[in-house]
Amino acid sequence: MRNLIRFLSKNSFIFIFIFLLFISFVFLVKNNNYQNSKVFNSSNFLIGNLYSTINNVNEYFNLKEVNAELAEQNAKLQTMQIGTFTKIFGTTVNFDDTTYSQKYVYTSAKAINNSTNKRENYITIDKGSLNGIKAGMGVVSPKGVIGTVKNVSENFCSVMSILHEKNAISAKIKKSGYIGSLVWKLGNYRIAQVKDIPNHVELHKGDTIITSGYSLVYPEGVVIGVIKDFNLEEGSNFYNINIEFSVDYKQLSHVFIVKSWMKVEQEKLEALNDLEKE
Amino acid sequence: MIYDILKYCGLFILLVLIQGLMLNNVEIGGYVVPFLYVVFILALPFDTPNWLVLILGFILGVFIDCFVSTLGMHTSATLVMAFCRAYLLKLITPRGGYEFNSKPNIQHMGLTWYLLYAVVLVFIHHMFLFYIESFKLTQFFYTFGRAISSTFFTVVLILIVQLFNYTSTTKV
Repeated sequence: MRNLIRFLSKNSFIFIFIFLLFISFVFLVKNNNYQNSKVFNSSNFLIGNLYSTINNVNEYFNLKEVNAELAEQNAKLQTMQIGTFTKIFGTTVNFDDTTYSQKYVYTSAKAINNSTNKRENYITIDKGSLNGIKAGMGVVSPKGVIGTVKNVSENFCSVMSILHEKNAISAKIKKSGYIGSLVWKLGNYRIAQVKDIPNHVELHKGDTIITSGYSLVYPEGVVIGVIKDFNLEEGSNFYNINIEFSVDYKQLSHVFIVKSWMKVEQEKLEALNDLEKE
Repeated sequence: MIYDILKYCGLFILLVLIQGLMLNNVEIGGYVVPFLYVVFILALPFDTPNWLVLILGFILGVFIDCFVSTLGMHTSATLVMAFCRAYLLKLITPRGGYEFNSKPNIQHMGLTWYLLYAVVLVFIHHMFLFYIESFKLTQFFYTFGRAISSTFFTVVLILIVQLFNYTSTTKV
Protein backbone atom coordinates (compact mmCIF):
# COMPACT_ATOMS: atom_id res chain seq x y z
CA MET A 1 0.00 0.00 0.00
CA ARG A 2 2.73 2.38 0.97
CA ASN A 3 4.60 1.54 -2.21
CA LEU A 4 1.50 2.29 -4.21
CA ILE A 5 1.11 5.71 -2.58
CA ARG A 6 4.77 6.45 -3.15
CA PHE A 7 4.44 5.41 -6.77
CA LEU A 8 1.39 7.61 -7.22
CA SER A 9 2.94 10.66 -5.61
CA LYS A 10 6.17 10.22 -7.55
CA ASN A 11 4.34 10.20 -10.85
CA SER A 12 1.58 12.57 -9.78
CA PHE A 13 2.34 14.92 -12.68
CA ILE A 14 1.59 12.29 -15.30
CA PHE A 15 -1.46 11.02 -13.44
CA ILE A 16 -2.95 14.47 -13.09
CA PHE A 17 -2.31 15.02 -16.78
CA ILE A 18 -3.99 11.78 -17.80
CA PHE A 19 -6.90 12.44 -15.47
CA LEU A 20 -7.52 15.97 -16.78
CA LEU A 21 -7.04 14.88 -20.38
CA PHE A 22 -9.62 12.17 -19.81
CA ILE A 23 -12.07 14.75 -18.45
CA SER A 24 -11.54 17.03 -21.41
CA PHE A 25 -12.10 14.20 -23.86
CA VAL A 26 -15.32 13.33 -22.08
CA PHE A 27 -16.32 16.98 -22.49
CA LEU A 28 -15.35 16.83 -26.13
CA VAL A 29 -17.28 13.69 -26.96
CA LYS A 30 -20.37 14.63 -25.01
CA ASN A 31 -20.34 18.13 -26.29
CA ASN A 32 -19.54 17.45 -29.92
CA ASN A 33 -23.06 16.25 -30.45
CA TYR A 34 -24.14 19.77 -31.34
CA GLN A 35 -23.43 21.34 -28.00
CA ASN A 36 -25.60 19.22 -25.80
CA SER A 37 -24.35 20.66 -22.58
CA LYS A 38 -26.49 23.49 -21.39
CA VAL A 39 -24.05 25.02 -18.95
CA PHE A 40 -20.83 25.36 -20.85
CA ASN A 41 -21.83 27.10 -24.02
CA SER A 42 -22.16 30.64 -25.17
CA SER A 43 -25.89 30.75 -24.49
CA ASN A 44 -25.39 30.27 -20.76
CA PHE A 45 -26.27 33.00 -18.33
CA LEU A 46 -22.87 34.52 -17.59
CA ILE A 47 -21.36 34.61 -21.04
CA GLY A 48 -24.68 35.23 -22.77
CA ASN A 49 -25.11 38.37 -20.73
CA LEU A 50 -21.51 39.43 -21.28
CA TYR A 51 -21.99 39.06 -25.01
CA SER A 52 -25.20 41.06 -25.00
CA THR A 53 -23.48 43.90 -23.13
CA ILE A 54 -20.62 43.97 -25.60
CA ASN A 55 -23.12 43.81 -28.42
CA ASN A 56 -24.92 46.85 -27.09
CA VAL A 57 -21.72 48.79 -27.63
CA ASN A 58 -21.00 47.21 -31.01
CA GLU A 59 -24.45 48.05 -32.25
CA TYR A 60 -23.70 51.75 -32.32
CA PHE A 61 -21.06 51.21 -34.95
CA ASN A 62 -23.49 49.45 -37.26
CA LEU A 63 -26.40 51.83 -36.77
CA LYS A 64 -26.06 53.35 -40.20
CA GLU A 65 -26.30 50.10 -42.14
CA VAL A 66 -29.05 48.74 -39.92
CA ASN A 67 -31.08 51.90 -40.37
CA ALA A 68 -30.74 51.70 -44.11
CA GLU A 69 -31.81 48.07 -44.03
CA LEU A 70 -34.85 48.83 -41.87
CA ALA A 71 -35.83 51.79 -43.99
CA GLU A 72 -35.68 49.61 -47.06
CA GLN A 73 -37.89 47.05 -45.43
CA ASN A 74 -40.29 49.69 -44.20
CA ALA A 75 -40.67 50.91 -47.74
CA LYS A 76 -41.40 47.41 -48.90
CA LEU A 77 -44.05 46.93 -46.23
CA GLN A 78 -45.50 50.32 -46.98
CA THR A 79 -46.10 49.32 -50.58
CA MET A 80 -47.97 46.25 -49.42
CA GLN A 81 -50.37 48.23 -47.25
CA ILE A 82 -54.00 48.09 -48.17
CA GLY A 83 -54.05 51.88 -48.57
CA THR A 84 -51.71 51.75 -51.51
CA PHE A 85 -54.04 49.54 -53.49
CA THR A 86 -56.91 50.99 -55.45
CA LYS A 87 -60.07 49.19 -56.28
CA ILE A 88 -60.30 48.49 -59.96
CA PHE A 89 -63.58 46.66 -60.23
CA GLY A 90 -65.62 48.71 -57.82
CA THR A 91 -67.64 46.70 -55.36
CA THR A 92 -67.56 43.41 -57.17
CA VAL A 93 -64.32 42.18 -55.58
CA ASN A 94 -65.01 39.23 -53.35
CA PHE A 95 -63.00 38.92 -50.13
CA ASP A 96 -62.82 35.47 -48.70
CA ASP A 97 -60.86 35.29 -45.49
CA THR A 98 -60.64 31.53 -45.45
CA THR A 99 -58.62 31.55 -48.65
CA TYR A 100 -55.48 32.32 -46.77
CA SER A 101 -54.32 30.94 -43.49
CA GLN A 102 -51.15 31.92 -41.78
CA LYS A 103 -48.25 29.57 -42.41
CA TYR A 104 -45.26 31.34 -40.92
CA VAL A 105 -44.88 33.65 -37.93
CA TYR A 106 -41.86 35.92 -37.55
CA THR A 107 -40.27 36.92 -34.27
CA SER A 108 -37.78 39.75 -34.38
CA ALA A 109 -34.52 39.22 -32.49
CA LYS A 110 -30.98 40.44 -32.25
CA ALA A 111 -27.79 38.47 -32.90
CA ILE A 112 -25.48 38.99 -29.95
CA ASN A 113 -22.62 36.68 -30.81
CA ASN A 114 -21.43 35.32 -34.09
CA SER A 115 -18.49 33.57 -35.64
CA THR A 116 -17.46 32.96 -39.23
CA ASN A 117 -14.01 31.44 -38.92
CA LYS A 118 -14.64 27.91 -37.72
CA ARG A 119 -15.79 24.74 -39.40
CA GLU A 120 -18.94 24.82 -37.35
CA ASN A 121 -20.16 28.33 -36.74
CA TYR A 122 -22.89 29.25 -34.32
CA ILE A 123 -24.77 32.48 -33.70
CA THR A 124 -26.24 33.41 -30.33
CA ILE A 125 -29.55 35.28 -30.38
CA ASP A 126 -31.29 37.16 -27.58
CA LYS A 127 -34.63 35.33 -27.71
CA GLY A 128 -35.20 32.03 -25.93
CA SER A 129 -37.81 29.61 -24.69
CA LEU A 130 -39.58 32.41 -22.81
CA ASN A 131 -40.30 33.95 -26.21
CA GLY A 132 -41.61 30.68 -27.59
CA ILE A 133 -38.49 29.74 -29.50
CA LYS A 134 -37.94 26.03 -30.05
CA ALA A 135 -35.12 24.03 -31.59
CA GLY A 136 -35.51 23.50 -35.34
CA MET A 137 -36.94 26.89 -36.24
CA GLY A 138 -35.39 28.83 -39.09
CA VAL A 139 -33.65 32.17 -38.77
CA VAL A 140 -33.62 34.72 -41.58
CA SER A 141 -32.63 38.35 -41.95
CA PRO A 142 -34.08 40.97 -44.27
CA LYS A 143 -31.28 40.13 -46.69
CA GLY A 144 -31.37 36.35 -46.62
CA VAL A 145 -31.06 33.05 -44.81
CA ILE A 146 -29.12 32.82 -41.54
CA GLY A 147 -29.48 29.35 -40.03
CA THR A 148 -31.45 26.94 -37.85
CA VAL A 149 -32.09 27.15 -34.11
CA LYS A 150 -30.16 24.39 -32.35
CA ASN A 151 -30.23 24.97 -28.60
CA VAL A 152 -32.55 27.09 -26.53
CA SER A 153 -32.13 28.45 -23.02
CA GLU A 154 -34.59 30.72 -21.23
CA ASN A 155 -33.41 34.00 -22.69
CA PHE A 156 -31.05 33.01 -25.48
CA CYS A 157 -30.81 30.52 -28.27
CA SER A 158 -27.86 29.34 -30.32
CA VAL A 159 -28.32 29.05 -34.03
CA MET A 160 -26.47 26.67 -36.30
CA SER A 161 -25.30 29.11 -38.92
CA ILE A 162 -25.50 28.39 -42.62
CA LEU A 163 -21.70 28.57 -42.28
CA HIS A 164 -21.62 25.11 -40.70
CA GLU A 165 -20.21 22.13 -42.52
CA LYS A 166 -23.04 19.88 -41.44
CA ASN A 167 -25.84 22.32 -42.19
CA ALA A 168 -27.03 21.53 -45.71
CA ILE A 169 -30.18 23.34 -46.79
CA SER A 170 -32.23 22.82 -49.88
CA ALA A 171 -31.80 25.58 -52.42
CA LYS A 172 -33.64 26.43 -55.59
CA ILE A 173 -32.59 28.30 -58.70
CA LYS A 174 -35.20 31.01 -58.95
CA LYS A 175 -35.33 31.14 -62.74
CA SER A 176 -35.59 27.46 -63.60
CA GLY A 177 -36.92 26.04 -60.35
CA TYR A 178 -34.35 23.24 -60.09
CA ILE A 179 -33.54 22.11 -56.57
CA GLY A 180 -30.06 21.43 -55.23
CA SER A 181 -28.45 21.36 -51.85
CA LEU A 182 -26.32 24.12 -50.48
CA VAL A 183 -23.14 23.32 -48.54
CA TRP A 184 -20.48 25.54 -47.10
CA LYS A 185 -16.82 24.65 -46.55
CA LEU A 186 -14.37 26.43 -44.30
CA GLY A 187 -12.39 29.06 -46.14
CA ASN A 188 -14.30 31.99 -47.52
CA TYR A 189 -17.34 33.01 -45.49
CA ARG A 190 -18.92 34.76 -48.50
CA ILE A 191 -18.87 31.75 -50.84
CA ALA A 192 -20.76 28.43 -50.76
CA GLN A 193 -21.42 25.58 -53.18
CA VAL A 194 -24.66 24.29 -54.65
CA LYS A 195 -24.65 20.58 -55.50
CA ASP A 196 -26.97 18.27 -57.45
CA ILE A 197 -27.99 20.64 -60.25
CA PRO A 198 -28.08 18.44 -63.39
CA ASN A 199 -25.98 19.42 -66.40
CA HIS A 200 -28.84 20.18 -68.80
CA VAL A 201 -30.05 23.16 -66.80
CA GLU A 202 -29.22 26.53 -68.29
CA LEU A 203 -27.30 28.67 -65.81
CA HIS A 204 -26.10 32.24 -65.89
CA LYS A 205 -23.80 34.22 -63.67
CA GLY A 206 -25.87 36.32 -61.30
CA ASP A 207 -28.86 33.96 -61.17
CA THR A 208 -30.59 34.20 -57.81
CA ILE A 209 -30.63 31.21 -55.47
CA ILE A 210 -33.58 31.00 -53.07
CA THR A 211 -34.81 28.57 -50.44
CA SER A 212 -37.08 25.81 -51.71
CA GLY A 213 -39.45 25.72 -48.75
CA TYR A 214 -39.49 21.90 -48.83
CA SER A 215 -38.32 21.46 -45.27
CA LEU A 216 -40.72 24.08 -43.88
CA VAL A 217 -37.89 25.47 -41.78
CA TYR A 218 -37.61 28.48 -44.06
CA PRO A 219 -40.44 29.94 -46.09
CA GLU A 220 -40.13 29.46 -49.83
CA GLY A 221 -38.31 32.15 -51.71
CA VAL A 222 -35.98 33.60 -49.11
CA VAL A 223 -32.89 34.79 -50.94
CA ILE A 224 -29.67 32.88 -50.29
CA GLY A 225 -27.34 34.48 -52.82
CA VAL A 226 -26.39 34.75 -56.46
CA ILE A 227 -24.35 32.48 -58.71
CA LYS A 228 -20.75 33.64 -58.83
CA ASP A 229 -19.35 31.06 -61.23
CA PHE A 230 -20.00 27.49 -62.28
CA ASN A 231 -18.31 24.73 -64.21
CA LEU A 232 -19.01 21.26 -65.45
CA GLU A 233 -16.34 18.61 -64.95
CA GLU A 234 -15.93 16.26 -67.87
CA GLY A 235 -18.05 13.17 -67.48
CA SER A 236 -19.97 14.59 -64.57
CA ASN A 237 -23.72 14.89 -64.61
CA PHE A 238 -23.86 17.72 -62.13
CA TYR A 239 -22.60 21.27 -62.06
CA ASN A 240 -20.13 22.68 -59.57
CA ILE A 241 -21.70 25.99 -58.67
CA ASN A 242 -20.16 28.66 -56.48
CA ILE A 243 -22.57 31.18 -55.04
CA GLU A 244 -22.01 34.39 -53.18
CA PHE A 245 -24.18 34.88 -50.09
CA SER A 246 -26.44 37.91 -50.08
CA VAL A 247 -25.93 38.30 -46.32
CA ASP A 248 -22.64 39.49 -44.91
CA TYR A 249 -22.41 37.13 -41.96
CA LYS A 250 -19.89 39.34 -40.23
CA GLN A 251 -22.39 42.15 -39.88
CA LEU A 252 -25.39 40.37 -38.45
CA SER A 253 -27.61 42.42 -36.23
CA HIS A 254 -31.38 42.22 -36.53
CA VAL A 255 -32.81 38.87 -37.54
CA PHE A 256 -36.17 37.10 -37.63
CA ILE A 257 -36.94 33.71 -36.19
CA VAL A 258 -39.44 31.89 -38.37
CA LYS A 259 -42.01 29.62 -36.83
CA SER A 260 -43.90 27.34 -39.15
CA TRP A 261 -47.48 26.50 -38.17
CA MET A 262 -47.73 23.54 -40.47
CA LYS A 263 -44.39 21.88 -39.89
CA VAL A 264 -45.74 19.35 -37.43
CA GLU A 265 -48.62 18.47 -39.69
CA GLN A 266 -46.37 17.92 -42.70
CA GLU A 267 -43.89 15.87 -40.74
CA LYS A 268 -46.65 13.67 -39.37
CA LEU A 269 -47.99 13.05 -42.84
CA GLU A 270 -44.57 12.22 -44.21
CA ALA A 271 -43.87 9.89 -41.31
CA LEU A 272 -46.91 7.86 -42.40
CA ASN A 273 -45.12 6.98 -45.62
CA ASP A 274 -42.22 5.54 -43.69
CA LEU A 275 -44.56 3.55 -41.48
CA GLU A 276 -46.25 1.93 -44.47
CA LYS A 277 -42.91 0.82 -45.86
CA GLU A 278 -42.11 -1.26 -42.81
CA MET B 1 4.45 36.46 -3.74
CA ILE B 2 0.91 37.75 -3.11
CA TYR B 3 1.59 40.47 -5.62
CA ASP B 4 2.63 37.88 -8.18
CA ILE B 5 -0.50 35.83 -7.65
CA LEU B 6 -2.69 38.91 -8.11
CA LYS B 7 -0.74 39.84 -11.22
CA TYR B 8 -1.26 36.43 -12.77
CA CYS B 9 -4.96 36.46 -11.88
CA GLY B 10 -5.28 39.81 -13.65
CA LEU B 11 -3.38 38.47 -16.65
CA PHE B 12 -5.66 35.43 -16.74
CA ILE B 13 -8.85 37.50 -16.82
CA LEU B 14 -7.42 39.96 -19.30
CA LEU B 15 -6.29 37.24 -21.69
CA VAL B 16 -9.61 35.38 -21.51
CA LEU B 17 -11.49 38.61 -22.29
CA ILE B 18 -9.15 39.62 -25.12
CA GLN B 19 -9.36 36.17 -26.68
CA GLY B 20 -13.09 35.73 -26.18
CA LEU B 21 -14.25 39.15 -27.22
CA MET B 22 -11.65 40.31 -29.74
CA LEU B 23 -9.31 37.72 -31.20
CA ASN B 24 -11.98 35.09 -31.85
CA ASN B 25 -13.42 37.52 -34.39
CA VAL B 26 -10.12 37.96 -36.17
CA GLU B 27 -9.51 35.88 -39.22
CA ILE B 28 -6.80 36.42 -41.74
CA GLY B 29 -7.26 35.08 -45.25
CA GLY B 30 -10.16 32.85 -44.23
CA TYR B 31 -8.41 30.38 -42.01
CA VAL B 32 -5.84 31.86 -39.70
CA VAL B 33 -6.96 32.51 -36.13
CA PRO B 34 -4.46 33.75 -33.52
CA PHE B 35 -4.81 32.27 -30.04
CA LEU B 36 -3.00 34.71 -27.82
CA TYR B 37 -4.32 33.28 -24.56
CA VAL B 38 -1.64 30.55 -24.53
CA VAL B 39 0.85 33.22 -23.50
CA PHE B 40 -0.48 32.71 -19.97
CA ILE B 41 1.03 29.21 -19.80
CA LEU B 42 4.25 30.53 -21.34
CA ALA B 43 4.53 33.35 -18.82
CA LEU B 44 4.21 31.28 -15.62
CA PRO B 45 7.40 31.46 -13.51
CA PHE B 46 9.94 28.61 -13.66
CA ASP B 47 9.32 27.54 -10.08
CA THR B 48 5.56 27.00 -10.55
CA PRO B 49 4.82 23.40 -9.56
CA ASN B 50 4.08 21.27 -12.61
CA TRP B 51 0.72 20.08 -11.35
CA LEU B 52 -0.37 23.69 -10.91
CA VAL B 53 0.56 24.46 -14.51
CA LEU B 54 -1.64 21.56 -15.63
CA ILE B 55 -4.60 22.68 -13.56
CA LEU B 56 -4.25 26.31 -14.65
CA GLY B 57 -4.06 25.17 -18.27
CA PHE B 58 -7.20 23.13 -17.80
CA ILE B 59 -9.15 26.02 -16.25
CA LEU B 60 -7.92 28.45 -18.89
CA GLY B 61 -9.05 26.06 -21.62
CA VAL B 62 -12.52 25.67 -20.08
CA PHE B 63 -12.95 29.45 -19.96
CA ILE B 64 -11.91 29.89 -23.58
CA ASP B 65 -14.17 27.01 -24.62
CA CYS B 66 -17.15 28.60 -22.94
CA PHE B 67 -16.84 31.57 -25.24
CA VAL B 68 -16.95 29.51 -28.41
CA SER B 69 -19.19 26.64 -27.21
CA THR B 70 -16.63 23.98 -28.04
CA LEU B 71 -16.08 22.52 -24.61
CA GLY B 72 -13.10 20.15 -24.62
CA MET B 73 -11.24 21.43 -27.65
CA HIS B 74 -9.24 24.28 -26.16
CA THR B 75 -9.21 22.48 -22.82
CA SER B 76 -7.39 19.44 -24.15
CA ALA B 77 -5.07 21.48 -26.38
CA THR B 78 -4.01 23.78 -23.55
CA LEU B 79 -3.60 20.80 -21.25
CA VAL B 80 -1.28 19.03 -23.70
CA MET B 81 0.69 22.23 -24.05
CA ALA B 82 1.02 22.60 -20.27
CA PHE B 83 2.19 19.00 -20.10
CA CYS B 84 4.85 19.52 -22.76
CA ARG B 85 6.04 22.71 -21.09
CA ALA B 86 7.54 20.78 -18.17
CA TYR B 87 9.59 18.55 -20.47
CA LEU B 88 10.59 21.33 -22.81
CA LEU B 89 11.85 23.45 -19.91
CA LYS B 90 14.01 20.51 -18.79
CA LEU B 91 15.26 20.00 -22.32
CA ILE B 92 16.36 23.56 -22.97
CA THR B 93 17.75 24.42 -19.54
CA PRO B 94 20.57 26.92 -19.96
CA ARG B 95 24.00 26.07 -18.50
CA GLY B 96 23.88 26.54 -14.75
CA GLY B 97 20.12 26.05 -14.56
CA TYR B 98 17.45 28.69 -14.22
CA GLU B 99 18.23 31.62 -11.98
CA PHE B 100 16.18 31.96 -8.84
CA ASN B 101 13.07 34.08 -9.31
CA SER B 102 13.55 34.54 -13.04
CA LYS B 103 10.63 34.26 -15.40
CA PRO B 104 10.48 32.94 -18.94
CA ASN B 105 10.65 36.14 -20.95
CA ILE B 106 12.94 37.75 -23.48
CA GLN B 107 14.58 39.98 -20.91
CA HIS B 108 15.80 37.19 -18.69
CA MET B 109 16.40 34.43 -21.18
CA GLY B 110 17.28 36.15 -24.44
CA LEU B 111 15.45 36.21 -27.76
CA THR B 112 16.69 32.90 -29.20
CA TRP B 113 15.79 30.91 -26.11
CA TYR B 114 12.38 32.55 -25.90
CA LEU B 115 11.59 32.06 -29.57
CA LEU B 116 12.44 28.36 -29.35
CA TYR B 117 10.35 27.99 -26.21
CA ALA B 118 7.33 29.88 -27.59
CA VAL B 119 7.32 28.46 -31.11
CA VAL B 120 7.56 24.83 -29.99
CA LEU B 121 4.80 25.11 -27.37
CA VAL B 122 2.46 27.23 -29.49
CA PHE B 123 2.94 24.85 -32.40
CA ILE B 124 2.07 21.84 -30.23
CA HIS B 125 -1.04 23.64 -28.99
CA HIS B 126 -2.20 24.68 -32.45
CA MET B 127 -1.53 21.30 -34.06
CA PHE B 128 -3.51 19.56 -31.37
CA LEU B 129 -6.32 22.11 -31.54
CA PHE B 130 -6.78 22.12 -35.30
CA TYR B 131 -6.60 18.34 -35.65
CA ILE B 132 -9.09 17.87 -32.83
CA GLU B 133 -11.31 20.42 -34.54
CA SER B 134 -11.27 18.74 -37.95
CA PHE B 135 -11.13 15.25 -36.41
CA LYS B 136 -10.04 13.58 -39.62
CA LEU B 137 -6.91 13.16 -41.66
CA THR B 138 -8.44 13.63 -45.08
CA GLN B 139 -7.54 17.30 -45.14
CA PHE B 140 -4.16 16.69 -43.55
CA PHE B 141 -2.17 19.36 -45.36
CA TYR B 142 -4.93 21.93 -45.19
CA THR B 143 -5.13 21.56 -41.42
CA PHE B 144 -1.35 21.49 -41.20
CA GLY B 145 -1.15 24.76 -43.10
CA ARG B 146 -3.73 26.26 -40.79
CA ALA B 147 -1.74 25.22 -37.74
CA ILE B 148 1.54 26.58 -39.09
CA SER B 149 0.18 29.92 -40.26
CA SER B 150 -1.81 30.41 -37.05
CA THR B 151 1.31 29.56 -35.03
CA PHE B 152 3.16 32.28 -36.88
CA PHE B 153 0.54 34.92 -36.07
CA THR B 154 0.19 33.84 -32.46
CA VAL B 155 3.96 34.04 -31.94
CA VAL B 156 4.05 37.50 -33.52
CA LEU B 157 1.31 38.61 -31.10
CA ILE B 158 3.18 37.06 -28.17
CA LEU B 159 6.34 38.95 -29.13
CA ILE B 160 4.35 42.19 -29.30
CA VAL B 161 2.99 41.52 -25.81
CA GLN B 162 6.54 40.85 -24.61
CA LEU B 163 7.57 44.19 -26.04
CA PHE B 164 5.03 45.94 -23.81
CA ASN B 165 6.38 44.09 -20.83
CA TYR B 166 9.93 45.01 -21.79
CA THR B 167 9.57 48.77 -21.72
CA SER B 168 7.53 48.85 -18.54
CA THR B 169 10.01 46.84 -16.52
CA THR B 170 13.16 48.57 -17.76
CA LYS B 171 11.79 51.86 -16.53
CA VAL B 172 11.52 50.65 -12.95
